[in-house]
Amino acid sequence: MPRTAIELRIKRQDGPSGPPRWEEFSIPWRAGMNVISCLMEIRKRPVTKQGAKTSPVMWEASCLEEVCGACTMLVNGTPRQSCAALVDGLPEGVITLEPLTRFTVVRDLIVDRSPMFEALKRVRAWIPIDGTYDLGPGPRIAETERELSYAFSRCMTCGCCMEACPQYNGRSEFLGPAPIAQVRLFNAHPTGAMNAHERLEAIMGRGGLVDCGNAQNCVEVCPKEIPLTEAFGELGRQTTVLWLKNLLRR
Amino acid sequence: MAQPRIAVVGGGLAGLMATIRIAEAGVPVDLFSIVPVKRSHSVCAQGGINGAVNVKGEDDSPEIHFYDTVKGGDFLAHQPPARAMCYAAPGIIYLLDRMGVMFNRTAEGFLDFRRFGGTLYNRTAFAGATTGQQMLYALDEQVRRHEAAGLVTKYEQWEYLGMARDGAGRCVGLVALDQRRMTPRAFRADAVMLATGGPGLLFGRTTNSAINSGSATASAYLEGAWYANGEFIQIHPTAIPGEDKLRLMSESARGEGGRVWVPRRKGDPRRPQDIPEAERSYFLEEKYPRYGNLVPRDVASREIHRVCVEEGLGVDGKMMVYLDLTHIPRAELDRKLGGIIEIYEKFTGEDPHTAPMKIFPAVHYSMGGLWVDYERTADGFLDLASPKNHMTNIPGLYAVGECEYQYHGANRLGANSLLSCIYAGQVGGPAAVTWARNQKTAAADVAASVFEESEQRWTRRFAELAQRGGDENAYVLAEELGQSMLENVTIVRHNDRLQATDAKILELAGRWKRAAVLDQSPWANGPLSFLNQLEKMLALARVVTLGALRREESRGSHYKPAAPKRDDARWLRTTIATSSPDGPSFHDEPVDTSLVTPVERKYD
Ligand SMILES: Cc1cc2nc3c(=O)[nH]c(=O)nc-3n(C[C@H](O)[C@H](O)[C@H](O)COP(=O)(O)OP(=O)(O)OC[C@H]3O[C@@H](n4cnc5c(N)ncnc54)[C@H](O)[C@@H]3O)c2cc1C
Ligand code: SF4
Ligand code: SF4
Ligand code: FES
Repeated sequence: MPRTAIELRIKRQDGPSGPPRWEEFSIPWRAGMNVISCLMEIRKRPVTKQGAKTSPVMWEASCLEEVCGACTMLVNGTPRQSCAALVDGLPEGVITLEPLTRFTVVRDLIVDRSPMFEALKRVRAWIPIDGTYDLGPGPRIAETERELSYAFSRCMTCGCCMEACPQYNGRSEFLGPAPIAQVRLFNAHPTGAMNAHERLEAIMGRGGLVDCGNAQNCVEVCPKEIPLTEAFGELGRQTTVLWLKNLLRR
Repeated sequence: MAQPRIAVVGGGLAGLMATIRIAEAGVPVDLFSIVPVKRSHSVCAQGGINGAVNVKGEDDSPEIHFYDTVKGGDFLAHQPPARAMCYAAPGIIYLLDRMGVMFNRTAEGFLDFRRFGGTLYNRTAFAGATTGQQMLYALDEQVRRHEAAGLVTKYEQWEYLGMARDGAGRCVGLVALDQRRMTPRAFRADAVMLATGGPGLLFGRTTNSAINSGSATASAYLEGAWYANGEFIQIHPTAIPGEDKLRLMSESARGEGGRVWVPRRKGDPRRPQDIPEAERSYFLEEKYPRYGNLVPRDVASREIHRVCVEEGLGVDGKMMVYLDLTHIPRAELDRKLGGIIEIYEKFTGEDPHTAPMKIFPAVHYSMGGLWVDYERTADGFLDLASPKNHMTNIPGLYAVGECEYQYHGANRLGANSLLSCIYAGQVGGPAAVTWARNQKTAAADVAASVFEESEQRWTRRFAELAQRGGDENAYVLAEELGQSMLENVTIVRHNDRLQATDAKILELAGRWKRAAVLDQSPWANGPLSFLNQLEKMLALARVVTLGALRREESRGSHYKPAAPKRDDARWLRTTIATSSPDGPSFHDEPVDTSLVTPVERKYD
C-alpha cells in the first residue's frame, strides 16, 4: 500500500550543547520521493504536524546521488545516505531521522565529521608525487589490480562505517574503519608503495589496526560496499612484516 | 614586500588544482568552500576527461581535439586558450594518473580511452563512471598534503560574500561568512580566485548538486565583474527524473555503444523489450549516420525535443526516449559504467542490463560565466608567464572552472569540462602568483579601514536580513524561478516568452523583499544564508534570460525558431553583461578565430 502522506519524526538540536528534541511532520506523498525531498518540502512550509510554526530542519547534502558523502544520517535508526533513501523503499509508518551519534552535532541533522578528514592526514592518504610539472606517463597497472583499488578509492568519507563500528566514538583514539582502509589503497599503488611503511606505522600503534575488534559491522553499512575487513586482513599482514623487519634491524 | 597570500574560493577540480599550483610555488593559500572540498560538485562527473593521447592507433592529435572543441562550441570560443588546453590535455591525464587516479586500463596496463560526443576518436580517459569523484579525490589528497605541510589553510563551511577592494579598485581580499557562527569576516589576499562552479539552481531541478546556486559569481557580477555568454546553457539529452534532482546518465553510456530510440508508432503500449527492431526509430543514427548517438549535446537535445514534442513520439506521451544498453555484455557494463548503472537501479528500481533506460533532457552546464582575460602568443597558444590569464576585468580577481566562460563557446563537448577545470587551475594559479608578486603594495599593507568597511557592510546586511519578516518563503520563490527558467530559457527560446520570464524574475525580486527569514537562530542558520543567495541568483537569472533575448540567431545551445540560422556577421561575438542599477547592460566583443575559420557545423 503506497502512502498518501509521509509522516516524519525528526530529532532536532539547536547547537552542539543544546538538548535534543523531537518534532513531527506530515507532508503529502508524491511518487519517487526520497528523504531529502521530504526535507525540502518542510522548508517550503516549516510547520509541524501539530500545526506549530518551526524553523526549517537543517541537514547536509550536495550531490544527491550518493557520491559526495554529505547527507549521512540515521534513517529509521540505520546510518545511510538520505539522498538514496527512497520513501517507497522504507517500511510503512513513521520515518525517523536522527543525526549520527559518533560525531558532535552541529545542528539538527548536521554533524562534524572533521575527525575523519584529520585521520586521513594522520595516515598520509596521498601519493607523494614530485610535483605537477610534466614527468610523462604514470606507472602501468594491471586492470585487475586497478579494479581492486578502485573499490577503495570510492570511499566518500560519509561516516556510515564509523557510526556502525562499536570501537569508534568521538572520545576513543581509534582512527576508525574508513581512514584505515585508505592505507590499503595507497600502499597498493606502485608509487604509494615506496613509502608504505610510513602509513603502516601510522596504523600500528594505539588507535590503529589493533583496536579493531573485527565485528564486521562497518562492511554491512558501507553504501559503496567497500571490502573494509578484507583491507584490514591485508594490512594486518603488512604491519606484521614491517614489525618483524623493524625488529631484525634493531 | 611581505610574502603574498592568495585566496581560492571553491574546492572543486578547478579550485583545488589552482591551490596545488599556488602552494607548489611556495605561496600560502586560504581555501574557502561551502562544503568540505571533498564533497564539491565535481564528484558528480561521471564519464571522463578528454585528451588526445592516441592509444588506439587512430592518429588522433591535440590539433584534431582542438578542432572538435571549437566546432563543438559553434566557433564562439576564443581559439588560442582552447588550443592551449587541448595541447596540455595528454600531460594533464598523465599527471592525474601519477596522482593515483584509478583510470580504467587496457589489457596491457595502459590507460584506456573511450568515445564521447562530438568526436570520432577514442579520446576520453575514465575511471568507471565516477571519473569526477576519482579526480577530485586525487586533488583533495594532494591539497591535504600541502595542508599538512602548512601551506594551505582550509575554511570549509565558509561562504564567499563579496570582494574587498582598495581605493584604486584592486581586489585585495574578500569577505566570507562562517556558516556556523553566521558572522562575516574580511580576509586579506593579494589575489582572489573564484572557482565556485556553475549556476544550475537557477533552473530548479537539474543534474547539478544542490549547492550550485551561482550566487558567488553573481555577487562578483553585482560588484562589477563582467559576465560573459550567460545565455549559453547546456541541456544534457540523457537524465532521469527525480523529486529532488535530475540524475544524469552519462554520455559515456552512448560512448560505450548505448543507442537512443523511440517506438515508430505513437503511443505504442508494448514493453520496449517486446518492440521488434524494425518498429523502432533510432532517430539519431538515422539522421546523423557519421556521429550517430554521439552528436554533440545541443544537437541531441534538440532532436529529442523534435521527436517528442513536434512528432509526438515520446515514450508515454512525454518528453522521454529510450537509452538502450541491453545489447552490451553485463560484465563490460559493470566494469565501465558501474557508477551510473547503480544510480539508475537505485533511483528507478529497474535494471538497465535487461530493460532500456527511460531518459529525458535536463539542464546540465553553463558555458557562460565570469569574463576572463588571456595573453596569446604569436603562434596561437597562451603566454603562460602572463598574469592576465584568467583574470577578470577587476584587477586581482581571477576566475577558473565552470564559473568562467573561456573554453567552450556556445556548447561544451562532453568530457571537456573536467579538462578545462584542471587546465584553468594549472594556468590561473601561476598567473595569480605572478600578479601577487608584482604588486607594489602587498594586501598585508593595505589600510585596515578597507577591510573593516567591507566587513561592516556585510555585517549590517546580515543583521538586516536576520530581522526580516514577511509573507513569502525564499524556497518557494526559488522554485518558481526554476520553473519559469526551465520552461522558457532552455532548448527552444521565443522572444515573447523570454520577455515574460524577465517580468517574472522582476516580480520574484519584488516578492523577495517580503521573504521572511525562516529561522531566528544565531547559529548555522541556512535559511538566512539562502535569503542572501537568492537575491544574487535573481540578478544572474536576468543576465541569462536577457542575454538570450538579445542574441538574434541560433548557435550551439542557443536556439530560436524565429532566427534558426547562425549569423556570424552580427553575432560571432562574446556577450558581456555589466551590472547596473536597472539590471544588466550588454555589450559584445569579437572572438579570436585566427586559427581555424568558422564553417557550417555539420555532423551528418
Ligand atoms: C552529473 C554531472 C556529470 C558530469 N560529468 C562530466 C564528465 O564526465 N566530464 C566532464 O568533463 N564534465 C562533466 N560534468 C561537468 C563538470 O563536472 C563540472 O563542470 C565541473 O566539475 C565543475 O568544477 P568546478 O571546479 O568549476 O566547480 P565545482 O566542482 O562545482 O566546485 C565549486 C566549489 O565552489 C564552492 N563554492 C560555491 N559557492 C561558494 C561560495 N559562495 N563560497 C565559498 N565556496 C563556494 C563549492 O563549495 C565547491 O567547492 C558533469 C556535470 C554533472 C552535473
Ligand atoms: S570490523 Fe568492527 S571493530 Fe573493526 S572497524 Fe569494522 S566495525 Fe569497527
Ligand atoms: S568506507 Fe564506506 S561507509 Fe565508510 S566512509 Fe567510506 S564510503 Fe562511507
Ligand atoms: S547528497 Fe551526496 S551522498 Fe547524498
